[in-house]
Amino acid sequence: MRLYIKYFSMHVRSQMQYKTSFFFTSLGMFLTAFSTLLSINFLFARFDSVGGFSHEEVLICFAVMMMAFSFAELFGRGFDLFPTLLGNGGFDRALVRPRNVIFQVLASQTVLTRFARIAQAGAVLAYAIPRSGIDWTWDKVMTLSLMIVCGAILFFSLFVVYAAFSFFTVEGLEFMNILTNGGLEHGRLPFGVYGDGVLKFLTYIVPLALVQYYPLLYLVDREDSIFYALTPVFALLFLLPCYGLFRFGLRHYKSTGS
Amino acid sequence: MSRRINIKPYTALFRIRFTNALQYRTAAIAGIVTNFAWGFMLILAFSAFYDANPEASPMTFQQTVAYVWVQQAFIVMFFMWFFENSIFEDIESGQVSYDMVRPMDLYGRWFSMAAANRVARAALRCIPVLIVAFILPEPFRLALPGELGRLGLFFLSMALSVGVVVSFSMLIYISAFFTINGLGSRVVVASVGDFLAGAIIPIPFFPDTLRVLAELSPFGAMQNMPLLIFSGHLAGDALIRGLILQVFWLIVLLLAGRALMGRALKRVIVQGG
Repeated sequence: MRLYIKYFSMHVRSQMQYKTSFFFTSLGMFLTAFSTLLSINFLFARFDSVGGFSHEEVLICFAVMMMAFSFAELFGRGFDLFPTLLGNGGFDRALVRPRNVIFQVLASQTVLTRFARIAQAGAVLAYAIPRSGIDWTWDKVMTLSLMIVCGAILFFSLFVVYAAFSFFTVEGLEFMNILTNGGLEHGRLPFGVYGDGVLKFLTYIVPLALVQYYPLLYLVDREDSIFYALTPVFALLFLLPCYGLFRFGLRHYKSTGS
Repeated sequence: MSRRINIKPYTALFRIRFTNALQYRTAAIAGIVTNFAWGFMLILAFSAFYDANPEASPMTFQQTVAYVWVQQAFIVMFFMWFFENSIFEDIESGQVSYDMVRPMDLYGRWFSMAAANRVARAALRCIPVLIVAFILPEPFRLALPGELGRLGLFFLSMALSVGVVVSFSMLIYISAFFTINGLGSRVVVASVGDFLAGAIIPIPFFPDTLRVLAELSPFGAMQNMPLLIFSGHLAGDALIRGLILQVFWLIVLLLAGRALMGRALKRVIVQGG
């Protein structure tokens, strides 16, 4: 852990050397996320609800997903850039070092510009939480925190799957984007509104709905069983097969040579 | 002095880039799957909104479905986001000095490269997405425009919009001469521009003031026009006005790009041998 903090502060210092670049990239991040937020607001200016959810409830959903995704990227960006690491042989160097490989990949990258999105998600939450009409008892606060924390771990698992696939293909796989970026982009609406098929897929195959839709039902009092509040915890199980896949890929790894 | 423009090198360049882009078939298949899933999720989301309040929408559901499918099918043509990174690399690495000694106009060269790449990648990707969209069950099926004339106008407007997108991106490529690290500002311009072009939600869904501004801006002359023509949302005078605006912006952006290019090349300093 001490070593990770050291790596982290190293990345922070190196990125702070290019202040203008840092500023513009953060601004870009902010605006990209902001355009999604604007699109939600424009749609709600015309239609008052979607699938029975109000504007504020949808904003909570949007902010939770964005925060979870940005935290996952902040810490797990190394896995996102893994194909590059494989392609340029940098991974071979990691293999010969006397440290855990996963730790090294994890520590290899940090992108501070994601703070721009985390800040925006925080601002949206600060706006929506008091206006949502939800009575914020301790169990609801816990549910909301679980959604963010488990959501971040879930997105992180998806980055690990992405990295694992690239052991076999060397190149990145665009279709994984539909699960990572798509999860963020389409997660602006509760997954239930996309219909049964999509909801089943996102419950049993890639459990994004477990950190978003089901706990949201608990938050807005559509379901009052505590089970719904705890669904994000079950989503953590997804990390196991992802980790397994990564180990499997690692065993089959052949260097691309130098 | 007679100035004859030889078009052959540009068409040759266009052909090379085109065949080049056709090589990446696996990437294209992965892209098609992504476009398809993405479009489907968008349509399902719109469908949920329409269910809540069908009268509140400026476009019919059918029109929105057509908008989304055609957008996904031709996404690489329309989104500013797909920059030609090799141009940035050439400028940043100084490689551009070689291009400057070629007996070929640099603006035309880059323009045809960027346009070829967009058209080639779209040509490869559009057909599977369109086929699936045409055979989907109602109400998610993509319907062809009723009259043949509208289809013709669609293709005309699509060609114009590729021109506008590429000539706008040219300004951004050329600005790389002035700024060393332009990645950040690129992201800013692309995300604002694509949003105003109707990439996330169609322009008719914008609030009124912003809608008018977006329609008049160069961004409104991009994907907005062909997609609204195909879906049948745009007709009559509004359609003609839109096409004229597209031509207007294309000319303005081309002139602006050439002027900026002239200024940029005057101050290029090539170091070393």
